[in-house]
Amino acid sequence: MNTIIAGLTGALKMIFLGDPEVFRVTFLTIQVSGIATLLSIIVGIPAGVFLALKRFPGRRFVISLVNTGMGLPPTVAGLWVSVFLWRYGPFGFLKIMYTPAAMIVAQFVIASPIVMAFTIAAIGQINKKLHLQILALGASRFQYYWLLIKEARLGLLAAIIAGFGGVISEVGASMMVGGNVKGQTRVLTTATVMEVSKGNFDVAIALGTILLILAYSVTFVLTIVQQRGGNKS
Amino acid sequence: MLRRFRKTSALIVVLVLMLSLLAGCGQEQAAEPAAPAAPENPDVILATTTSTENSGLLGVLIPKFEEQTGYKIKTVAVGTGAALKMGQNGEADVLMTHAPASEQPLVDDGYVMDYTLLMHNDFVVVGPAADPAGIKDTADASEALKKIADAKTIFISRGDDSGTHKKELKLWAAADIKPEGTWYQESGSGMGNTLNVTAEKDGYTLTDRATYLNLKENLTNLEILFEGDDSLMNIYHAMAVNPEKYDKANYDGAKAFIDYLVTPETQEVIGEYGKDKFGQPLFFPDAK
Repeated sequence: MNTIIAGLTGALKMIFLGDPEVFRVTFLTIQVSGIATLLSIIVGIPAGVFLALKRFPGRRFVISLVNTGMGLPPTVAGLWVSVFLWRYGPFGFLKIMYTPAAMIVAQFVIASPIVMAFTIAAIGQINKKLHLQILALGASRFQYYWLLIKEARLGLLAAIIAGFGGVISEVGASMMVGGNVKGQTRVLTTATVMEVSKGNFDVAIALGTILLILAYSVTFVLTIVQQRGGNKS
Repeated sequence: MLRRFRKTSALIVVLVLMLSLLAGCGQEQAAEPAAPAAPENPDVILATTTSTENSGLLGVLIPKFEEQTGYKIKTVAVGTGAALKMGQNGEADVLMTHAPASEQPLVDDGYVMDYTLLMHNDFVVVGPAADPAGIKDTADASEALKKIADAKTIFISRGDDSGTHKKELKLWAAADIKPEGTWYQESGSGMGNTLNVTAEKDGYTLTDRATYLNLKENLTNLEILFEGDDSLMNIYHAMAVNPEKYDKANYDGAKAFIDYLVTPETQEVIGEYGKDKFGQPLFFPDAK
């Protein structure tokens, strides 16, 4: 019980007194997971739209792969990214192992299938007649996709929320490709694991609380965006 | 609807900008201390055992080294088995491990060089204060383990190919016991976590003294029940990955770090570490 109270008061102290190390770790968490989510949106939404609309042989097989990718364990993603990024791995020349860049790559691998799969579902749900209607009104190809994306906004924001939630909470990949290096690649989740193994349960609870607050704040903003005018369109 | 959408996009853009701004602040903070004449290749990857990191010793040693030399150490704390593997594959620059028997082949095969004795402490067997297996007054480690096996009290093994795990397996072999059965369980994780599991299950485990002392206040039901046997010595070496085998290895940085570890000043810091907090040192410096 004491540990829980110490953890929660510790979290408040860290937030309001501004522990510089905790701030650094928190900013890095936002930076890495934010960029990884952005990249996964840039790739995942167009790819999802393509898979939802285009008919080609093997399409269902590809979609089933994407859907399986949603359950890709972060540690497995981390392992594969490590193998590729090691000094003597195929992409060793990039020299990004144990840097935030490597963590972004790993989190991108984790988030992309999530964003893609949600996008496929969101676009697939749109009424078939709407496609005809848009095309009949003389929309260009670009306008057509744009209108579909707007139409599927609720689902697409769900995709972004799920992708972000997937990466900000993962620890296996960040630990493996980042190495939890103090001041360089330590993020909230890896710091939490380390504090637990050091037996500092109160600090671990404090870090976990900050992570939850952070995840909640970002998700809250996204949810507001998602729900605004959601009924009107 | 279009207007609303524009507003939405604007909101997202603002959010993203805010986040990157925040992230930017974090970076500026990180880059503040001016390094003295940064070396050509400042990044040094140190693969090491969890005990040096979890005991807090590296947190004292590394900042001083970075300040003095301008090198940046990336500490990757894994088990000794994984650390040695990283060295053997050229994925690290300098290693700090505690399994001499597993280190020697790497030295012999030329994967690592500058093999340097650093410090030692010892392993201890901890268990429930009531000592159900009665190992407290046994003569040597083999007998203590035999009693645990005979009593079939829970024993938590690291099971992760770490230095401590290697040592534990050696001790079982020396006692001529094949640890098997429901009483012998593997946690598959670091020393800190293994001690937590041991405490929860009221079991026995082999631990390095430093990690145990660090976690002691959370492990109220565990006590040191067996210690002091010669076979329980825990010896730490540092070594640099051979740049002739791996041209990407940062040998200069590794050498600088090893040189730093064996200076009289650093050795004194190692010997003093933990005295104020635990009333006894966690490591005994050995470099001459």
